[in-house]
Amino acid sequence: MLSLNNVSKSFGGVKAVDKCSFEVKENTITSLIGPNGAGKTTIFNIISGLTKADSGTIRLSDRNIADLAPYKIAKAGISRTFQLTKVFRNMSIKDNLLIAKNANDNDIKKILESVYLHKPLETLASELSYGQQRLLELARSLLMPHSLLMLDEPTAGVNPEIRRELKLILRSLKKNGKTVLLIEHDMEFVMGISDVVIVLNEGKVLKEGKPKDIVKDKKVLEAYLGK
Amino acid sequence: MIHEYLISILTFISIYSIIVLSLNVVIGFTGLINLGHIVFVGIGAYASAILALNGVPWYISIFAAGILASVFGAAIAAITSRLKGDYLAMVTLGLVFIAVAVSRNWISLTRGALGLPGIPDIIKNNFHYMIFTMAISALSVFLFYRLTNSETGKIFQAIRDNEVAASVLGKNTYFYKIISMAASTFFAGIAGSLLAHHLNFVDPTIFELDFIVTMLVMLIAGGLASITGSVVGVFILYALSESIRFIVVNPSIVGAFREMVFAVVLILILIFRPRGMFGKVDI
Repeated sequence: MLSLNNVSKSFGGVKAVDKCSFEVKENTITSLIGPNGAGKTTIFNIISGLTKADSGTIRLSDRNIADLAPYKIAKAGISRTFQLTKVFRNMSIKDNLLIAKNANDNDIKKILESVYLHKPLETLASELSYGQQRLLELARSLLMPHSLLMLDEPTAGVNPEIRRELKLILRSLKKNGKTVLLIEHDMEFVMGISDVVIVLNEGKVLKEGKPKDIVKDKKVLEAYLGK
Repeated sequence: MIHEYLISILTFISIYSIIVLSLNVVIGFTGLINLGHIVFVGIGAYASAILALNGVPWYISIFAAGILASVFGAAIAAITSRLKGDYLAMVTLGLVFIAVAVSRNWISLTRGALGLPGIPDIIKNNFHYMIFTMAISALSVFLFYRLTNSETGKIFQAIRDNEVAASVLGKNTYFYKIISMAASTFFAGIAGSLLAHHLNFVDPTIFELDFIVTMLVMLIAGGLASITGSVVGVFILYALSESIRFIVVNPSIVGAFREMVFAVVLILILIFRPRGMFGKVDI
């Protein structure tokens, strides 16, 4: 479904992503893991068009999306969330969702129920807690028509209850055959839900494989824990 | 005499309401800090004056003023689309200085500092002209209300709150910023035209920074992203400004005193009511 081929990106003298290649297969949950500064979020930004790669190709299905503007990439079928939530703070929950898709109240209520966000539709996004804003952002990205959902650290900075809810949501996405590319630091969670895990280190793909193979890999352990 | 004075005040309030409302669309609803809004008012005023002085009927000159200002507005939005916040504010403020230089030095078109006198009245009777400006002001309130509550208006607000999020939700933010600016500057141009026909004169002082500061104070006092706030802000501050004439005995200090009052009002609002009277977003 999504393939990156030799994608590189430098910021000044720092190589954030270095000839990175991997593939996300349809109906799978693929997790990108790696230590801080490994280039995970930069790759997300490159895929969604917010950062332009210096070189390499990115294909969604059979279409090269590397040079497209973010809104065209979104229309091509990529929906995403952010490490730090980006809700429309001065707009209501309903208006936040209507920006993603022109939906009726029933559809909006259903999507909110699916992410366990039980608040009146006219509540301003700024009145929600950080965890609830994260759920709203997730609902928004789910409502937007997409073929690939990219979630950047969905469980980061939220309380245990919302963290549990997010896990349930992701399990339900997996059960429904959705294609998800995930950045997550909760290793127990990643290993429990992912079909494929890609380990990044210093902008390069260090290892790619099934969760059970990744946890035993010596290079991966070194990248996380040091030699 | 009092009657004529009140008519004049209400005419100015109507025209200023259009200017502040249109400014609210770009600043309050779309989050584009446009400090050069007065340039588009001036473009409308000059365009309408030149056309009217060359025998073009008023209804064409008013519309042409709006269109010309809108074309300039859209072009500026396209050129500055990558700029945000303070950077956009500085560039748009720079437009004011360019407009002053052009209007002072393009003598063959603007007569420079001498200005363009003798702009014909649209309606001879001042009371009827006041009704006319009120009608256009009411029309702009209606249209801006419809626009800001439409799907396009919601996208403007999404861009204001988080442009990156709007773009990853499939919204062409470049296009919508141009639409916002074009709609806003169209009405700024119309307001400029109404002002020129009301004063029967236009000169480079229309681009003075005092004017944009006054409009900004009215906008902030009324509140960002509020149609009601824009109208009420203009009404209260204009009334306050006019009341100074009766408080200050020495006429030579009325202007300076008015600026002081505006500054105090702005400071008090920022301290005690940062969102203004009806504002829906922070300044």
